[in-house]
Amino acid sequence: MTHPVSLRAIAAAAALFGGLTVAQAQETIFYSTQLRPIEEATKVREVLLKGLPGKVTYVVDEPPAFAVRMKAETQAGKRTASVVGALHGELQPHVPADLQPVDDVAAKLTDLGIPASLMDLGKLGTNQQQYIPWMQATYVMVANKQALQYLPPGADVNSLTYAQLQQWGKNIVDKTGQRRLGLPAGPTGLLPRFFQGYFYPSFTGGVVTTFKSADAEAGWNALKDLWAVSNPNSTNYNFMQEPLLSGEVWIAWDHIARVKEALTLQPDQFVAFPAPAGPKGRGYMPVIAGLAIPKDAPNRAGAVAVIEHLTKPETQLATAAEVGFFPVVKAELPPDLAPGIKQLAGAVAATQNAKDALVSLLPVGLGAKGGEFNKVYLDSFQRIVLRNEPVKDVLEAQAKVLDGLMKETGAPCWAPDKPSQGACPVQ
Amino acid sequence: MPARTSWIPYALIAPSVVFLGALFLVPLVQTIWLSFSAGEGLSLDNYQRMAGDLNFSLAVKNTFLLTLVVVPLQVVLALGMATMVTKLDKGRDLVLWVLTIPLGISDLAAGLAWLALLQNTGYLNSALYALGLIQGPTGWLSQETPVALFIAIMLAELWRATAIVLVILIAGLQLIPKEFSEAAEIFGAKPWTRFTRITLPLLKPSLQSALILRTVLAFEVFAVVYALGGRNFPVLVGEAYVWQNDNQNYGVAASYAVLIMVISLAATAVYLRALRTRPEQLP
Amino acid sequence: MTTGAAELSQTSTSRGVALPSARRLLLWTGLAVLIAWVLVPIYLVALGAFGGRLGVFRWPKTIWPTDLSFAAMSQFLAIEGVFNALVNSLIAAGLTVVFSIALGAPAGYALARYTFRGQNAYRLLVLLTRAFPLAILALPLTVSFIRLGLYDTPFGVSLIHTVLALPFAALVTQSLFMGIPREYEEAAWVFGCTRFQAFMKVVLPLALPGLAATAIFAFVISWNEVFAASILTVRERTLTAYLLRILAESPLHYRFAGGFILIIPSVLFIFAVRRYLFAVWGIASK
Repeated sequence: MTHPVSLRAIAAAAALFGGLTVAQAQETIFYSTQLRPIEEATKVREVLLKGLPGKVTYVVDEPPAFAVRMKAETQAGKRTASVVGALHGELQPHVPADLQPVDDVAAKLTDLGIPASLMDLGKLGTNQQQYIPWMQATYVMVANKQALQYLPPGADVNSLTYAQLQQWGKNIVDKTGQRRLGLPAGPTGLLPRFFQGYFYPSFTGGVVTTFKSADAEAGWNALKDLWAVSNPNSTNYNFMQEPLLSGEVWIAWDHIARVKEALTLQPDQFVAFPAPAGPKGRGYMPVIAGLAIPKDAPNRAGAVAVIEHLTKPETQLATAAEVGFFPVVKAELPPDLAPGIKQLAGAVAATQNAKDALVSLLPVGLGAKGGEFNKVYLDSFQRIVLRNEPVKDVLEAQAKVLDGLMKETGAPCWAPDKPSQGACPVQ
Repeated sequence: MPARTSWIPYALIAPSVVFLGALFLVPLVQTIWLSFSAGEGLSLDNYQRMAGDLNFSLAVKNTFLLTLVVVPLQVVLALGMATMVTKLDKGRDLVLWVLTIPLGISDLAAGLAWLALLQNTGYLNSALYALGLIQGPTGWLSQETPVALFIAIMLAELWRATAIVLVILIAGLQLIPKEFSEAAEIFGAKPWTRFTRITLPLLKPSLQSALILRTVLAFEVFAVVYALGGRNFPVLVGEAYVWQNDNQNYGVAASYAVLIMVISLAATAVYLRALRTRPEQLP
Repeated sequence: MTTGAAELSQTSTSRGVALPSARRLLLWTGLAVLIAWVLVPIYLVALGAFGGRLGVFRWPKTIWPTDLSFAAMSQFLAIEGVFNALVNSLIAAGLTVVFSIALGAPAGYALARYTFRGQNAYRLLVLLTRAFPLAILALPLTVSFIRLGLYDTPFGVSLIHTVLALPFAALVTQSLFMGIPREYEEAAWVFGCTRFQAFMKVVLPLALPGLAATAIFAFVISWNEVFAASILTVRERTLTAYLLRILAESPLHYRFAGGFILIIPSVLFIFAVRRYLFAVWGIASK
């Protein structure tokens, strides 16, 4: 054993002393929870960050690790990353402790045409700019073309209702014997956003205030019917592109980045279209990823350069073409997009332009309680749909939890709930 | 007998005590403290939230069930493997190598391997389909098929973690003088008698180590469960991670961690008592 | 129980007593089943890794390799930083081996040979480390690592991995030393050896194969650990942490490719140290 041990010791010592001294030069560490999958991370490194002077190291992590690291580095007073990229909701818990305001960067970017509403979201409920919008996305439906023949008569995918979707799924069960509707209800699936941006707005016209309304009860009963024609494996799905490509699921709802693979690999096999409408309209939720500068960033100038580079119109268009996230700045998508991306862009446009569109904003002011806010909806789903508990009792119980959360954080209502004075009340 | 109160044992354990104190006990105490603090002052709020959660009792039940089924099966399987290998006179090295391969495989990779086998369009279904037993892709891992899901997790755990038990038992078997068994054979003891009367009692220290390690690890089962069933099969560590990572409530996560620790320690105490080994009993 | 040392140290008589052929057949059948049980899942991961993007979704699947594709694998190996991560993994795992044996084996010896006040408390401490889900300690650990300057170094990672490997080392070496009759050492003392000499000359050679097995555990624990490795590093990721973080949400065929890449070294590593495993078994050392 002695021989390998001594070798290792030498290697270790070399790495310890070597590793600490090298790479201290003006390197900018760009730390992100977005564009994690290997193909996308490679695109970021090799395409999107090209052309920047100085070395930019792109490091990705899952959101939980991101949260821990941001907190820990603040507590210890030593920062490694100079610029961070994350979703609106992931940045929110880090205000004000872990981020520094970027009003100066925002001032430089005024002529890019980033919509004021997006810039406002970037303030995260404070008076100062906390992040610069980076890219946006939303959720769409994707269907296998084999499923189209079972569409209920008179239904059009571009103006589908939840009732028609249920009927569609039921037709498929009747004809093929398989439940082929799919929802991303797995551990890292985005089902909570389905409730907050789609289901609740569409059925009740609100998210928090209407949580236990009669409309909500009716909605949950409709959802139970929908679940009856959904693939039971849905509780294992995190990214719907996998079951879509395997043919296990024919109709799915998910984030565009999580169905993109299916559309780009087999653009002839799949169609993308807006999410369905309920009695109160066609709820939909934009997704915003932002770029922020952490407190004590070791290389602020490098961070600003990264932000400026990524918000350039040509980088924004390249982002759309390469990874399927859409621009936040004013930029026309070129007509020569890949067919899969084109389909997604079409579905997004159809969603935004639908006559009954009902936009649901991202929650602001929940701080670190965003996770527990999601849990209210997931627990309701688990108890009502999976465990078949009485709808009314579950909603009563969960409404208490939700109300407590709102009071604790003092978060005011956001659209589509009516604006409130103080904490958003559950009616 | 060596001196009972010597400074030597203390000097021998001191480095590891200092090491564990700095790197483990300090953050552990911080975490235990966290589990008892909510708002201002000490409280049991976090524990109440934990116990009141909809998945709590299910997670306790599942974790115990899995441990109680998997650990004994692993010991039996490992004993069987070890006995079979002893009978070999050639190819022993190769067989032993293959049987210990899972030792080096991470739980995440193991979860992937079994996912390849058991997913809807996986190899198990393909085989069943070829045999005409099923009509098409069939799900085994959803919350609507809890029994199949449990069996799948159990198999994957057996596959992944039996090799540890095997190696510990083999290390123990090696130390049993062969003469004992040979003497018993001369006196006409049957193989089974030799096994139960000689091999097993002499293996007690190794069995104790193997059981304690495996049980403690079994209470922390997570990655394989997660890979195969996501949250369809809640287990304690999984819930702790959900509270820490998704719900971002570090207090409740700490409560789960403390609970897991208490359960593991209780199980260990049971083993230490049940499989007590006195120095004089050793060969 | 005093079995003479001479009797024990005698070279064992050949164990290859001829079995009746029916039992031999049964034995080999059983072993074949066990071997298949271990190897088949690994083979299936390999199929997934080389099956290409759509191969993972083919239905029904065949167990024979069809249209092999190396795209996923080659893209994997071309990722920037894989080599650096591999070096980090080796350093972290190597240091973990050194630390856990250096700290664990003396403790195991103390537990096996001495009765002392506080030994149960010590056992409890060692077990606590395995009984507590380490990931929950992430936040306090990360903070102190940054303060100590251990953050983002393979050395820091190896310290945490040692916390994980130490209980194995202590428990396994304890039963190892318990199994080496104390009479051997006492005999050496009689012949004028000091305690230390007796240990080095008599106990250590007997314990070496077992220590090697302990080293394997420590190495493997470190090699496979993801959570601490990824939370405590940013640039200096270990290979497992590096791959798995990218992998977790990559398409299925990449996950198989990554899984396969992670399985290969462990298979090779176990193969490389098999001599020690057989030494444990008591063949090669004789």
